[in-house]
Amino acid sequence: MKRVYVNEKWCLGCHLCEYYCAFANSGKSSMIKALKDHHIVPRIRIEERNNISFAVSCRHCTDPLCVKSCISGALSVVGGAVMIDSGKCVGCCSCIMACPYGALSHNEDGVIQKCELCKKNEFGVPLCVQGCPNKAIVYEER
Amino acid sequence: MRYVIIGGSAAAVGCIEGIRAVDKAGEITLVSREPYPFYGRPLISYLLEGKTTQDKLLAYRPADYEERMGVHALRGVSAVSVDSEKKTVLLEDGRALPYDRLLLATGSNPFVPKMEGLETVENRTSFMTLDDALSLRAMLGEGRDKRVLIVGAGLIGLKCAEGILSLAASIDVVDLAPRILPTTLPEEPAAIVQRQIERAGVRFHLNDSVARFEPGLAHLQSGGEVPFDVLVLCVGVRANTALAQSAGCAVERGIVVDDHMRTSVQGIYAAGDCTVQTDPDTGRLRALAIWPNASMQGETAGRNMAGACEAFDKGIPMNATGFMGLHSISAGVYEGEQLLTHTADTYKLLCVKDNRLVGFILLGNIDRAGIYTALVRERTPLSSIDFDLIRDTPQLMAFSATERAKKLGGGSL
Repeated sequence: MKRVYVNEKWCLGCHLCEYYCAFANSGKSSMIKALKDHHIVPRIRIEERNNISFAVSCRHCTDPLCVKSCISGALSVVGGAVMIDSGKCVGCCSCIMACPYGALSHNEDGVIQKCELCKKNEFGVPLCVQGCPNKAIVYEER
Repeated sequence: MRYVIIGGSAAAVGCIEGIRAVDKAGEITLVSREPYPFYGRPLISYLLEGKTTQDKLLAYRPADYEERMGVHALRGVSAVSVDSEKKTVLLEDGRALPYDRLLLATGSNPFVPKMEGLETVENRTSFMTLDDALSLRAMLGEGRDKRVLIVGAGLIGLKCAEGILSLAASIDVVDLAPRILPTTLPEEPAAIVQRQIERAGVRFHLNDSVARFEPGLAHLQSGGEVPFDVLVLCVGVRANTALAQSAGCAVERGIVVDDHMRTSVQGIYAAGDCTVQTDPDTGRLRALAIWPNASMQGETAGRNMAGACEAFDKGIPMNATGFMGLHSISAGVYEGEQLLTHTADTYKLLCVKDNRLVGFILLGNIDRAGIYTALVRERTPLSSIDFDLIRDTPQLMAFSATERAKKLGGGSL
């Protein structure tokens, strides 16, 4: 299955992936409408320190601890991707306790969110990857 | 191969998925005394609170799950004994189910201690199952006029309190222990959570117990009195081991299993809250009665029942919970050097021993807590990471560049 992979050597720390993620999942028609004057809470996050930076988002593990820990069945594996049904989620945070990558977080409204590879939004393929100017994140089979 | 699974919760689902990962064809029969499809039992407090609905609660797995997984489910029926010589399970309706591999995922039952006058209390329930939650809701009615007494300030009692906050006129909680969540949290974080719950109007009677009930009134050991209309008993649970005993399996406080989830009887496996397993750190038997462990133990059992040879050795105590908006995540044990960070509304304790993070507690800010959980679970040597960095905030930056490349660019996860 194709996943988002990160090569920190190429990461510029520009945070564009975060903006593209927030836009892709905003349901808005343009980046300006989605981002201007908004505090964004993207599903991909840059870690940076000194001269190192890299993006972190869901690894879509083949053996996902978040799915096994979920008490409501909100998290499931669909065609290899770990997806979340927010309607079923009660916000118990068991997934946050379980994920070794820290890849699940609360959105603006306190609901658990995670990268779903843009499978549910209009883009269909990860917009963060398309927005990365230096190919530090790629979407491919490995 | 004929598989029989007794039980209908996390370990049973894990087992089905474990079996089917290895064996697509074997015949799986599930026996569950509850009449419902699979559901997350910890969701019952959220149901009463209105954070989920009964339909959503019962949709832990999709509607066509059993058909898709090839499971023949017998629901609303109890198993009464296991004949491990003849390899059959006897059901209460007289049927005998033959098996080649059996999983006991029988969970636990509420433990109700002897209390004087308990039989005079008309409106009383435990808080373990959907039926318990439905009967509690019926007892509370629509008037928000019922005074509730909860005996037990553990996770179950307190989640119950949270769930019925807006349905009850008042809530009193009694516990023998000097603090709330006595088996989950040490004194200081327990006190923080207690204040949070008290702010919502719940009254605690700690270091105390019910000496005697009379209709509508509980006399406490301390001499106090608590008038009430509805009683919820959340004192504790006992592993359901009767079937295992009938089969001749070794039983201590739970069904004894090895790291392959095998009981002492050939062909019989067990998983979830009904089991005890050896703690690799202490060598003693312990129960890890939490949802994720039940799910993973069940899966390991299922795979092994179908012919694989896998160990479940990554079980650690851990809890994700929250009360009235205050999130809490804890894992491991609270031993060794205690590194404490406190702010007005957060609490963070990291416990370091023998070059390892052995436990942690986070209240308030729980962002990326799983990075800490992984350090505990994987027994990561702290000398291999930048501990000062990760101590401040859970982050992957604290790992070496090689390790990061593996985590974020590795093909097999």
